[in-house]
Amino acid sequence: MLTHFHAQKKAQLVLGLIMGVIFGFLLQKGGVTNYDVIIGQLLLTDFTVIKIMLSAVITGMIGVHFLRSFGLAQLHPKPGSLGASVIGGLIFGIGFGMLGYCPGTVVGAVGQGYLDALFGGIGGALIGAGIFAALFPRLEASVLHRGDFGELTLPQLLKVNPWAVVVPAAMAIAALLVIFEKVGL
Amino acid sequence: MDWLSMKQWSPYAVGVGIGILSWFTFLLSDKPIGCSTAFARTSGMIERLFRGSKAVERPYYVKFAPTVDWEWMLVIGVIVGSFLSAKLSGQFQIQWIPGQWSALFGSAFLPRWLVALIGGIIMGFGARWAGGCTSGHGISGTLQLAVSSWLAAICFFIGGIGTAMAIVTFLAV
Repeated sequence: MLTHFHAQKKAQLVLGLIMGVIFGFLLQKGGVTNYDVIIGQLLLTDFTVIKIMLSAVITGMIGVHFLRSFGLAQLHPKPGSLGASVIGGLIFGIGFGMLGYCPGTVVGAVGQGYLDALFGGIGGALIGAGIFAALFPRLEASVLHRGDFGELTLPQLLKVNPWAVVVPAAMAIAALLVIFEKVGL
Repeated sequence: MDWLSMKQWSPYAVGVGIGILSWFTFLLSDKPIGCSTAFARTSGMIERLFRGSKAVERPYYVKFAPTVDWEWMLVIGVIVGSFLSAKLSGQFQIQWIPGQWSALFGSAFLPRWLVALIGGIIMGFGARWAGGCTSGHGISGTLQLAVSSWLAAICFFIGGIGTAMAIVTFLAV
């Protein structure tokens, strides 16, 4: 791994910015910085969001696991629990369905001049994050660690080599995308 | 270079591009792509402006310090990248209300702003509760085959689809 380069703070900040520019460029070219496209996905009339996400997951999954197999990268699976991942995920979904942008695309929407994203979305998301920070000690003591499973990955859960999950998962996702195209979604 | 000024690319080209980008974030920066932690850091910076160092003592800001880091720069980059892409295709425009919103709920700004604000608050809150968003869990976490991310991503869409459908069913004019 490029451990020495990872530790160069200034270079990493510049790299973060460059990678963000590419990410934002791709999101805008994909159309997902538009409320119309995201709400179309949530109303199941436009499958652009899912197509982008799933093709990113296949590509990223295979490449990152190759890098890991060659010792060039390490994984950073986020810790989770039923209380955090499921309840938090559902709360996020409710806000996502109202706003019609997610935290990445809301920022991209601002870049293309959308003011509901700036004054509503970003303002709201900052307030929401602040409220969470204020309530964090109480939530952590109550719900966030219910059903805790830590930094678990599917291969660890199934006690198999990561590739035994990567290959079937990539094939299943690819099949799903083919089905979407066949039925005209 | 016509492809840079195209209005929209195939979703598969974009998805593969984001996937390849994630190879480089892991290789060069040892980081998965994510966006919502930057919101938490920024809310910490704002709180520090008003309450000083007391704000930073909150346990959550001890965990996620209100400082500019790689991911914070990534989020700034997203604004720039989207702006560049929109400018190149002539799509940049100041817009108060999305077209589909106007078609469904009318063209007054106040209702859109209120729903966006409340939605943003709930989404920002939920992202921190779940420990990530559609990027950090939905793409980066699922590609690492993290159990937390697959659970969270599925719940994002269950909540999102249910909410969007309920709003359209009950509130559309």
